[in-house]
Amino acid sequence: MANQQLNSGNQRVDIEYRRRKSAEEMRYQIVSFALMIFLTLIAFAAVAIKFNPWYTAPFIILLAVVQVIFQVYYFMHMSHKGHEAPSLFLYSGLLVGLLTILTFSTIVWW
Amino acid sequence: MSTYTQKKGFGATLWDYLTTVDHKKIAILYFIAGGFFFLVGGIEAIFIRIQLAVPNNDFVSAGVYNEIMTMHGTTMIFLAAMPLIFAFMNAVMPLQIGARDVAFPFVNAISFWMFFFGGVFLNLGWFLGGAPDAGWTNYASLATHSKGHGVDFYVIGLQISGFGTLMGGINFLATIINMRAPGMTYMRMPLFTWTTFVTSALILFAFPPLTVGLFLMMFDRMFGAKFFEVAMGGNTVIWEHLFWIFGHPEVYILILPAFGIFSETFAIFSRKRLFGYSSMVFATVLIGFLGFMVWAHHMFTDGLGPVANAIFAVATMAIGVPTGIKIFNWLFTMWGGSVKFTTPMHYAFAFIPSFVIGGVTGVMLASAAADYQYHDTYFVVAHFHYVIVGGVVFALLCGTHLYWPKMFGTMLNETLGKITFWLFFIGFHLTFFIQHFLGLWGMPRRVFTYLPGQGLNNGNLISSIGAAFMAVAVLILLLNVIITSVKNEKVGNDPWGDGRTLEWSVSSPPPFYNFKQLPLVRGLDAYWLEKMEGKTGMTPAEPLGDIHMPNSSILPFIMAFGLFIAAFGVMYHVNDKPWALPVMIIGLLITLGSMLIRSVKDDHGFHIHKEDLIDNNNKGVKA
Repeated sequence: MANQQLNSGNQRVDIEYRRRKSAEEMRYQIVSFALMIFLTLIAFAAVAIKFNPWYTAPFIILLAVVQVIFQVYYFMHMSHKGHEAPSLFLYSGLLVGLLTILTFSTIVWW
Repeated sequence: MSTYTQKKGFGATLWDYLTTVDHKKIAILYFIAGGFFFLVGGIEAIFIRIQLAVPNNDFVSAGVYNEIMTMHGTTMIFLAAMPLIFAFMNAVMPLQIGARDVAFPFVNAISFWMFFFGGVFLNLGWFLGGAPDAGWTNYASLATHSKGHGVDFYVIGLQISGFGTLMGGINFLATIINMRAPGMTYMRMPLFTWTTFVTSALILFAFPPLTVGLFLMMFDRMFGAKFFEVAMGGNTVIWEHLFWIFGHPEVYILILPAFGIFSETFAIFSRKRLFGYSSMVFATVLIGFLGFMVWAHHMFTDGLGPVANAIFAVATMAIGVPTGIKIFNWLFTMWGGSVKFTTPMHYAFAFIPSFVIGGVTGVMLASAAADYQYHDTYFVVAHFHYVIVGGVVFALLCGTHLYWPKMFGTMLNETLGKITFWLFFIGFHLTFFIQHFLGLWGMPRRVFTYLPGQGLNNGNLISSIGAAFMAVAVLILLLNVIITSVKNEKVGNDPWGDGRTLEWSVSSPPPFYNFKQLPLVRGLDAYWLEKMEGKTGMTPAEPLGDIHMPNSSILPFIMAFGLFIAAFGVMYHVNDKPWALPVMIIGLLITLGSMLIRSVKDDHGFHIHKEDLIDNNNKGVKA
């Protein structure tokens, strides 16, 4: 709903409601954007401090996962209604991909 | 519209099919191309059986045998079974959900032409110095060291046709999610549409690993990469994993639509609602889901370790459960129905015991410990031919008879159809049943000959005689097609008399816009519901209005043709041929150029106006 454009010709659109929704949306986006920059800084810092790479690498991957979630949910609007099919397929694809990585890392590479 | 009544010259018809974006015509293209490759693969199968009919035969040499055996598998899976399934999906699925076309008609045409040119390229190996010879699985090390260009044809050809298939799968997903007619909820979709949906999802997730694997293989063979070269730090097993992560879902990509066709057949000719519809949907989705977790059962003897083998063995056996659900549902559909034994019903009926035999040997093969005995013997060959021929090919022949009127507007001869069935059915069991025992007696897979006195003579001879039966059956089917086309007796909407789903509510073949007014779907088996209430057609869900249609375009053909040209450049670049690089660049420029034209040129399609629709003989507007 809220991801439709404001300037539609539909008379029945409640402009006030839309405006409030958009403002709310904007706030979420700015917050998540700030968080993403912050997470990036932490990632750089983790490398700069020169911890044990066995600690740094998983840590950065974890931060990356969080960033992907922000990206998908707040910037690509997956939190909105009407995205059930895309999210189903995203998660199925993720499952298949992770399963492959799991198998490869347990029985092929090590 | 008048387009169907006009007589067109051969050139105009050809141009029509080269430029078409209509799902029904693309279905016919898939059908013809897939049928052609089915005959090619069949001839290869006959050569295999002639070579193995007697011990120490020298009908073909060992090297040529490897090529024939490889191309038989590759052709049958990628170029015959899949396109024929795509033909039925294209022909039937949009009609079943009450859509006017697929979501992206233009992409649909690209899908077909990519498959077609990929398939042609793959088969050109026969004429250009040797076909692929490393088995349809193309295992690394063997494939990377194969001399000549054979495996290059495999890698590039499958890459191109794989792109087409992937795009086709995405297209069907978008169609089913977005373009269902009013009232057509997910749980009212006919089972063939459901299986198309799950199959398309499997294509979406299974083809990328194949693409990756083929790219790695291509770089190893042509550009000096060492992904599979153990001496250089590569790993040869990675190909097997990538191939089977694709390859196992691939067999479900083949069998699920077959299940869909049989589900329709059982319901139509038992004149009963499909038993346990929701459990059928559940089983379909579950099979698709589990299909991704079993690929290593093809690799039990690789030395993955007991834990990995055990996990994959259990997961594999689990697939037997949803498949069993389906088998019982089909049996219960027939139980108490007034069954009509038409040709499609013959195939559906014979499918159940045949497929169950294949399923039982599947569970036998799934137990990892026993698999060490069965691995790479004719037992495996017998198993997968029982599921693929007894399941998929039966379904394709069943679908050919069932949907022939919907695709071409004529009925195939029932008597000839039944003769085809009996010859094929007997030939199939004669060929493959004995192969279980040949395997258990120790005949390895993929050997080009065997010695007398090993106890394999009689079994192989029986098997070859069975193959002859199947060949005769296919010839009679072709005869049937020719007779039917020459007679050209047109039939009405619902030629079987018991059609249940929306495709039987429109004329055969349907008008190019499918539905004058989108139908209102009031339940499962929408057309059957209306018929039971004494109506002759569907209730429209919308007033008669202009219909927006896409324009035909030659660009899909040119795009795929560009890749076809580029493929030669890529392949001969290895030989330092001076013309190879320019050919590659020209080919890619053709493809990218036509993509650019498609992007910058506005093509809004056209409208069929309301007035033209009313002028049609049966007035579409109802009070």
